[in-house]
Amino acid sequence: MITAFLLRGLDRRALVFLAVLAAVAVVVPLLNLATPAGSGLHIPSYAVTLLGKYLCYALLALSVDLIWGFCGILSLGHGAFFALGGYAMGMYLMRQIGTRGVYGNPVLPDFMVFLNWKTLPWYWHGFDQFWFAAVMVLLVPGLLAFVFGWFAFRSRVTGVYLSIITQAMTFALLLAFFRNDMGFGGNNGLTDFKDILGFPIQDEGTRAGLFVATAVALGLGYLIASCVVRSKLGRVLVAVRDAESRTRFLGYRVEMYKLFVFTLSACMAGVAGALYVPQIGIINPSEFAPANSIEVVIWVAVGGRGTLIGAIIGAILVNFGKTWFTGVLPELWLFALGGLFVAVTLLLPKGIVGTATALWRGRRWRGPAATGEGTLAESGGDAEPPAAAPAAGPAAPERAS
Amino acid sequence: MTLQVPAAVPLKAGDTLLYLDGVSVSFDGFKALNGLSFTVAEGEMRAIIGPNGAGKTTMMDVITGKTRPDVGEVYFGGTTDLTKLDEAAIASLGIGRKFQKPTVFESHTVWDNLDLALSGPRRVFPILFGRTDAEGRRRIEEILETIRLTHRRDALAAGLSHGQKQWLEIGMLLAQDPRLLLVDEPVAGMTDAETEETARLLREIACDHSVVVVEHDMTFVRDLGVHVTVLHEGSVLAEGSLDHVSADERVVEVYLGR
Repeated sequence: MITAFLLRGLDRRALVFLAVLAAVAVVVPLLNLATPAGSGLHIPSYAVTLLGKYLCYALLALSVDLIWGFCGILSLGHGAFFALGGYAMGMYLMRQIGTRGVYGNPVLPDFMVFLNWKTLPWYWHGFDQFWFAAVMVLLVPGLLAFVFGWFAFRSRVTGVYLSIITQAMTFALLLAFFRNDMGFGGNNGLTDFKDILGFPIQDEGTRAGLFVATAVALGLGYLIASCVVRSKLGRVLVAVRDAESRTRFLGYRVEMYKLFVFTLSACMAGVAGALYVPQIGIINPSEFAPANSIEVVIWVAVGGRGTLIGAIIGAILVNFGKTWFTGVLPELWLFALGGLFVAVTLLLPKGIVGTATALWRGRRWRGPAATGEGTLAESGGDAEPPAAAPAAGPAAPERAS
Repeated sequence: MTLQVPAAVPLKAGDTLLYLDGVSVSFDGFKALNGLSFTVAEGEMRAIIGPNGAGKTTMMDVITGKTRPDVGEVYFGGTTDLTKLDEAAIASLGIGRKFQKPTVFESHTVWDNLDLALSGPRRVFPILFGRTDAEGRRRIEEILETIRLTHRRDALAAGLSHGQKQWLEIGMLLAQDPRLLLVDEPVAGMTDAETEETARLLREIACDHSVVVVEHDMTFVRDLGVHVTVLHEGSVLAEGSLDHVSADERVVEVYLGR
């Protein structure tokens, strides 16, 4: 049963993507570590980190595509799950600093010493263990999504109203995490990390390792998403997206399906955040900013919603553009991003991948496309009395008497 | 086989498939249903007619759990109180509903539309790992045959004509294998040939299901040749054969005469 479920997710497109990703995961660290700095093939360490960041964003975009592209849930607050995963990882990294902090306190992170706190808050316990932090990376975003979704979907909040409350959720978290007495470092967030699992975090080898870990996480995330959307459940999700009440009247408890996919998606976003933080070296409340979550939606729209691979391509392309643009014309970046969104909405409503797929299919299937136009004429023929009908005819008046 | 119960006699939910008694629903003071009472017997096909605003669609909403009645009783199979259940639970009990506007899953193929409708597990995890067995596939083939869409099985539902979408939706109801089908204006916007075909399809379905059809089109109702309930301003105005209700002066006044 599970095998069949997995096999269904592995179509040709998935295999090609996973092969490319595996190649990137091998080649990039190899060119970074095994070639001398002056060589033409050398990939500098900052580029490895940058690519690692893109892959984290790609996983985040994938999680948004899963709910928006396939179930029609437009979350404008997915950055919150990303940031929560990031904070969970950041707490682990803070606890690893130990006596190497400015104040040298073996238990309390620097900002707590600075705030004159004497003991560790209860919710910081356990984060000195990696496994505990790893569980929290999934559990905290997952639990928030579950509780949030439980109320929102059961109350049948849909469409733009749902988008607005997801936006409100991330904004509320932004404000909460800004407060010093929340115990998450306030405005400055968590930073100054020293090592992860005993490896120095600035080390080239560690960075390469984190890059590989991110590629693996993205591959796994893609595989899970692909299996889910190609299962019967995936078809129910699309059914919910296209005709929610029809699905309900077929006996599907729509809110449960939404809750499942929303929670799964939040866990994926949490993992993306957790891998992002050690590579970037900081997590602060600005990650909760509503604009971040909206940007993710733009990546997905550019790449093509409902295609999975499109979300990944969109995230990488737009962020590559952002890196380049903010280097050349930093003050114009937001205009470019806004313009891009408008252009994609108007000119490529299916996104890059969706449009490319449609073009490709159109070339292969020009014949059947022509018959599609003939559907109306054809239906007249379909309406002709079938052979079985006369038998049913006389039966009916009898029943009415 | 049809059970004829004059409206004046006190009804007993026990003998009926569908039982509505004194159901009232109001929206912002407007009484969409006003003490509506009627019953449908097991195996019966019933047509509900009435002018716009007579409460036909609201009645369907009440039966399928979309709208809760302010007062009144709604029982299914004699014992199940439908006013306490939600849409999914009511659908699982065996009440299928066809919307006025054809509502199919446009980005799925005809086959997948029927596969999703097929009676079976509806919970998240069995659906995630499950797949349709040979028996289910055989039933889908059978339904495709019934709704004359076998040749379009792999086409996207979005590419079907209006009439074909209506039939697909009826097919989806059949796949649910309900005890009662509620069909809302199945021939609205259809060509004459399609209308005739739909009447035939419904009669075929009525052989082994109970069906309630809401309709405007009098020719179509005549084609069905079944017992008719006339609604007016949220309650039953008349009941009987089409000829019988057509002869009723009040019916002529509110509906047929217009």
